[in-house]
Amino acid sequence: MNDMTHKGTELSRRGFLAGAGGLTFCFAFGSEGIRLLSASTAEASTAARAINPWVRIAPDGIVTIYSAGAEMGQGSMTSLPLILAEEMDADWSKVVIEFAPADADTYGYGSGNSKSMAIVGSRAVQMYYTDLRRAGAQVRKVLIANAAEKWKVAAASLKTEPGYVVNPANGQRLSYGEIAAFGTVPATLPAVSDSELKKKNEFRLIGHTVPRRDIPSKVDGTAQFAIDVQLPGMLYASVRHAPVHGSEPESWNDAKVKAMKGVVATVRLPDGVAVVADTFEHAMAARNALEIVWKKGAKAEGFDSERALAEQYAKVHDDPNANSQSLEVKGDVKAAFAGAARTFKAEYRSDYGYHAQMEPLNAVARFNASGDHLEVWDGSQAPDRCRSDVAKAVGLKLEQVTVHQCYMGGGFGRRSIGDYASEAALVAKATGKPIKLIWTREEDIAYGMFRPQSFQCLEAALDASGKVTGWRHCVVGDGGGLLTTGIRIPYYAVPNQDIELRGTSHGIRLKHWRAVGHVFNVFAIESFVDEMARAENMDPIEFRFARMSITPRARAVFERVAAMSDWKAARPEGRALGVSITERSRSLGAGVVEISLDRGTGKIRVHKVWVAVDGGTIVQPDAARANVESGIMYGLSSVLHERVTVKGGVVEQSNFHDYHVMRMSDMPEEIHVEFLDRDTHPSGIGEIGNPFIAAAVANAFFVLTGKRLRHMPFTPERVQEALKA
Amino acid sequence: MVSFYLNGKRATAAADPSTPLLWVIRDHLKLTGTKYGCGAGLCGACTVHVNDRAVRSCQTQLSEVEGRRVVTIEGLSRNGLHPLQKAFIAEQVPQCGYCQSGQIMKAAELLRINPKPTRAEIIEHMDGNICRCGTYNRILAAIERASKEA
Repeated sequence: MNDMTHKGTELSRRGFLAGAGGLTFCFAFGSEGIRLLSASTAEASTAARAINPWVRIAPDGIVTIYSAGAEMGQGSMTSLPLILAEEMDADWSKVVIEFAPADADTYGYGSGNSKSMAIVGSRAVQMYYTDLRRAGAQVRKVLIANAAEKWKVAAASLKTEPGYVVNPANGQRLSYGEIAAFGTVPATLPAVSDSELKKKNEFRLIGHTVPRRDIPSKVDGTAQFAIDVQLPGMLYASVRHAPVHGSEPESWNDAKVKAMKGVVATVRLPDGVAVVADTFEHAMAARNALEIVWKKGAKAEGFDSERALAEQYAKVHDDPNANSQSLEVKGDVKAAFAGAARTFKAEYRSDYGYHAQMEPLNAVARFNASGDHLEVWDGSQAPDRCRSDVAKAVGLKLEQVTVHQCYMGGGFGRRSIGDYASEAALVAKATGKPIKLIWTREEDIAYGMFRPQSFQCLEAALDASGKVTGWRHCVVGDGGGLLTTGIRIPYYAVPNQDIELRGTSHGIRLKHWRAVGHVFNVFAIESFVDEMARAENMDPIEFRFARMSITPRARAVFERVAAMSDWKAARPEGRALGVSITERSRSLGAGVVEISLDRGTGKIRVHKVWVAVDGGTIVQPDAARANVESGIMYGLSSVLHERVTVKGGVVEQSNFHDYHVMRMSDMPEEIHVEFLDRDTHPSGIGEIGNPFIAAAVANAFFVLTGKRLRHMPFTPERVQEALKA
Repeated sequence: MVSFYLNGKRATAAADPSTPLLWVIRDHLKLTGTKYGCGAGLCGACTVHVNDRAVRSCQTQLSEVEGRRVVTIEGLSRNGLHPLQKAFIAEQVPQCGYCQSGQIMKAAELLRINPKPTRAEIIEHMDGNICRCGTYNRILAAIERASKEA
């Protein structure tokens, strides 16, 4: 019952509404965000989109709640319905969760005309929290009103317990299911003011650990990922993409490939060739036999990423005519530097990063017999975007495409667009058959969309008292907005700031990547602050407190992590601590790492990690902790191992033997995560754990060696170079 | 036609004898709990048991399992009640979940040959299985829990 599979989303809207009696609360957007409607009002509405169900209470007491939380392991599929269930006072054991349809106008967040269902940037709980609470409170009010009418008492005299309306005066009880059997939903739902929402001490679900609903299906193999979808008559497709990003296929050995065992067709794609066969092994074998002539002229041709990062980016930084975008200007930076008692300047670099989500990109697509409706099965961070991308690719209107949301075997920012689903749709269109299209791991890397590589130059001016009064940060690279997340410093109120982006372009495919710009920007910012602290002979946390105009909220997370890690205590010989902070999606996280170094091999080992997070109200404490743990591991992996390089326009890595990710033996022996006790609006949790860690490791490395690591990742080769420097 | 035992029942597959067992299990025999991760024996997502030993099904040809006992995540226990499965739920281990079948199958091999492994033995045994969500600390805790409770 609690096991959600792709079949769940096949539940038709009409079926949901018709149901077997009971109360259905529909859902529409008004000027104030999510608004619930009665089913009758919704049915009467001429706007088809208005009749989308959100909550349904059946006479047997089962409460079905749609979740707009795409599930890639972060747990929001569970936590979003839980927020609604809290205010509704539902019995959680009777709540069934279904994925919401890919309809951003109805289920998206945002305002005005820009609704989105994209579960990116750790936003799910943050964006839906208030609306879901209000919706839950409205449902509760309707249930109470129905009970009050039946008992002929004042609604205000009644209370609720999980799954029941209770009359405290006489002990009478009606279950939500019993009410659903006779009750009605008024055409206009009662309004709910914020003061009617539960107080923190009244929460039964929010802030209390509730097991995630997806987990049982993930230990017995029944969880449905898109790659697991089986359709009658389905064929398999494997794609070979351009070795140089952006190249188009000109011709290929079509006859030879088509003659191979099981091969049904080849299909030209915008930037690759798909082979369709009766089995995936046949499709893959034929894909491997493809010999494709690629059209010349792609921008990425001949690109050498290491040379660009080593030579070109610094020139762009120094070029007064370079394409520059100002990101933040505060005060008078020139004056701060002109009057400075001491100045600092440092440079940092970071390589391309690959998502390496465990489930290679794939999607299933099927046209109906008349070819005017397409179904797509995709694990998508943005099912609405998938739907519109696919519709555009095959020339259908939005309403002619249905997206069936599946679990994602990892997202990390890669799965918020519809490129691979569009390929499945194009192949289904060309062949007229249901198609499962799977990228090989090699394709997934070589035709990846990467976290940009970057060059950073930071400068600071200290006044006569030693306070940092001037701050310059310039990031150089290709990637526009991907380069600029995390470049601002809302935790330090330095009075004079000048932050800019200097752009170049290479034609390499780029994408969001678990906090993306934060990874290299925070590495640079927090390494730089540490450099200044050490040069001023100060404890790095004391330096932040005394010299960086730190905000009270940031100070609090540093104080907590200092206490957690016993920051000032001596460490064993050969061990050292480093500290750093990051902001992400309005959360703040400060972290300390304890490392050691094998000077012979250049291998850094992280033994212990402590992180203190101010994430506002924590809706699901254990899931939140798991998110931060995951961020720490993902961050460490990128710090110690991960790099994509491009040579002659071609990505050099091809699988996990040359794109190294963290394994269990790299795992720190201890990880301690604490959340500050806050009653504020929830903020992002999924990416607060990874951006801080690069600087924390580099700063600890300095304590051990007196040397700075200025280029991510800190591979053994780079560590050894730094030791010789 | 290659014949073997899959989760205790006789199974046959008409696939080419050289077909990786992974695709035979997933596509020909429709048991999709075993996952494709890398196709090169590098990540462990496709781990199954062949005659009680954990193998990478993407690197095992169908012909190699003729007459042998193949067990997948679907056959590890009746009703998903293997001590490891219970422990993985208790520790809330899976995040995206995609690697977890392979993790559990690999861990089940360990507990069979070494019911009370040390932390170092667990790490050594599990080091070939990648979890990109980084649930390693919880996998370790779950294996230790299963070891105690089994």
